Amino acid sequence: MKKNLMKILAAAGMAVLTMGALAGCGNSTTETTAAGTKAAETTAGTTQTTTAAATTTAKAAAELKGSISMVGSTSMEKLATALSEVFMEKYPGVTVQAEFVGSGAGIEAVTNGAADIGNASRNLKDEEKSKGIVENIVAIDGIAVVTDPSNKVENLTKDQLIAIYNGTTTSWKDLGGADQPIVVIGRESGSGTRSAFEELLKLEDKCKYSNELDSTGAVMAKVASTPGSIGYVSLDVLDKTVKTLKLENTDPTPENIKAGSYFLSRPFVMATKGDISKQNDNVKALFDYIHSDEGKELVKSVGLIPAN
Amino acid sequence: MQPKSYSIFGGHGSKSGIEHAAEVIFTICGFFAVLAVASISIYMLTSGTPALLKVGILDILFGSVWKPDAAVPSFGILYVILTSIVGTALAILIGVPIGVMTSVFLAEVAPQKLADIVRPAVELLAGIPSVIYGLLGILILNPVMYDLELKIFKGSPTHQFTGGANLISAVLVLALMILPTVINISETALRSVPQHFRSASLALGATKIQTIFHVVIPAAKSGIITAIVLGTGRAIGEAMAISLVSGSSVNFPLPFHSVRFLTTAIVSEMSYASGLHKQVLFTIGLVLFVFIMMINVILNSLLKKGADKNDK
Repeated sequence: MKKNLMKILAAAGMAVLTMGALAGCGNSTTETTAAGTKAAETTAGTTQTTTAAATTTAKAAAELKGSISMVGSTSMEKLATALSEVFMEKYPGVTVQAEFVGSGAGIEAVTNGAADIGNASRNLKDEEKSKGIVENIVAIDGIAVVTDPSNKVENLTKDQLIAIYNGTTTSWKDLGGADQPIVVIGRESGSGTRSAFEELLKLEDKCKYSNELDSTGAVMAKVASTPGSIGYVSLDVLDKTVKTLKLENTDPTPENIKAGSYFLSRPFVMATKGDISKQNDNVKALFDYIHSDEGKELVKSVGLIPAN
Repeated sequence: MQPKSYSIFGGHGSKSGIEHAAEVIFTICGFFAVLAVASISIYMLTSGTPALLKVGILDILFGSVWKPDAAVPSFGILYVILTSIVGTALAILIGVPIGVMTSVFLAEVAPQKLADIVRPAVELLAGIPSVIYGLLGILILNPVMYDLELKIFKGSPTHQFTGGANLISAVLVLALMILPTVINISETALRSVPQHFRSASLALGATKIQTIFHVVIPAAKSGIITAIVLGTGRAIGEAMAISLVSGSSVNFPLPFHSVRFLTTAIVSEMSYASGLHKQVLFTIGLVLFVFIMMINVILNSLLKKGADKNDK
């Protein structure tokens, strides 16, 4: 009997050892591969969130059929993608095709009839309007410049802001603040806020960032905790942990932005050839949707200010 | 009376069935890992190489300008690669001595009561999620680094102030993160050194410390090297913690520069990247993958050589 017990113990021991060895092997492989799969997971994650947003607003379908083509600004990609997904969810008979090739190309496409809607992240030029293109502002993109709460500087001019971000001005002393170096914080390349900021200041790829953070929240946290820092964020996230600067003596409020007195903002235009009322039913439904409360919520959800 | 008989094989009828089933299950488990490694390798190769060919291998690997969104984009990741190498090497340089010393303390020197306090602490350290290390880095390390930076570079016209998010912060966080791995594995290695090695050394008149450094550690060499390999793997593959403390700007890896590692380069830009930019991010993944494979292969072969020598 004792012998048998020993046998059992030995077998159990062997089993444990084998399991341990197996587990050991498993561990090392997952560790080395985790980094590789992470990339794929991130992409999957983003698509999932957008579709989730789409399903929540889905409602009964109307009897519309056909397609809408939308061509234009790359900056409007987030808005246009969200809009087309939610719209297609609501009207299953309609397909919205969105291409992102640039504002100018978008207006050109709508002018020569290649697209129903031309997306532009700027006001239309007079020559474009003279060709019968109507400027329908659907949203406004505003960016606030923030510093840490203890900063004494209240206001920056456009030139001062440019000088900070291209690395010419490196101390708050030169701007009337404390003798403190400026820690220039920005977003990663590919970020819509970053491209809008650099475009509006004509600083495309000339910015000298000391920190390139990958989310608005990270910028807020870093600015709040680092004395002498400056960063930019979209308007909807502003709170008391940071100090919001005036630009050219103007506060970044939705009112000022709509009035056009705050320069770090730009309109998102969905241009049509002729008034909206002259468009086909699909396009009319799309604009009705944007101007509805639900549409305004959508605009806000991608960090923009609804136009009216 | 017939004594009851116990057998690990149980009834004869079910024996072959169970044996067979177990064999199949083990084989499937074994091949699962192989399948995972093979499919990931293939996936990384197929998704990482197109950009290499489009941009040019030399332009990517040896270019120093990273401007993926410029009108004329430039995808040089030389500084990113260097940062990963330098950062990992420094983290190993700091973390391994501390880790090995701790394991010596636990295995050889510490009185039982002290070891009972230190060991659970080390085990807990291993269980802390990496993002927590990053948060602590932001809250504690970065402000300290910023004070240092302000003192060292006071009045410097050329230095770009980073607010404490720099290479040193990242290295310190990494060094801390590899500690539990290094400690646990080296301690096991030290404990498996036979007691008579120590007795022999002590009998020859060596002191305890001499015994540890001249007998026990050399005898546990292969285990300690394994610890270093796994620590290196953890350090080079870590993303979350260092993305919070390193500043994430592409710069040459100097101590007070804000830097971007291979891992953080992927994580920070993947969400909005598109087209060629995205493909290049996959290429960075491929580079990282190749790096980790190389480290594993090289260090494992070194390890085998060491083990062979020990056996002789």
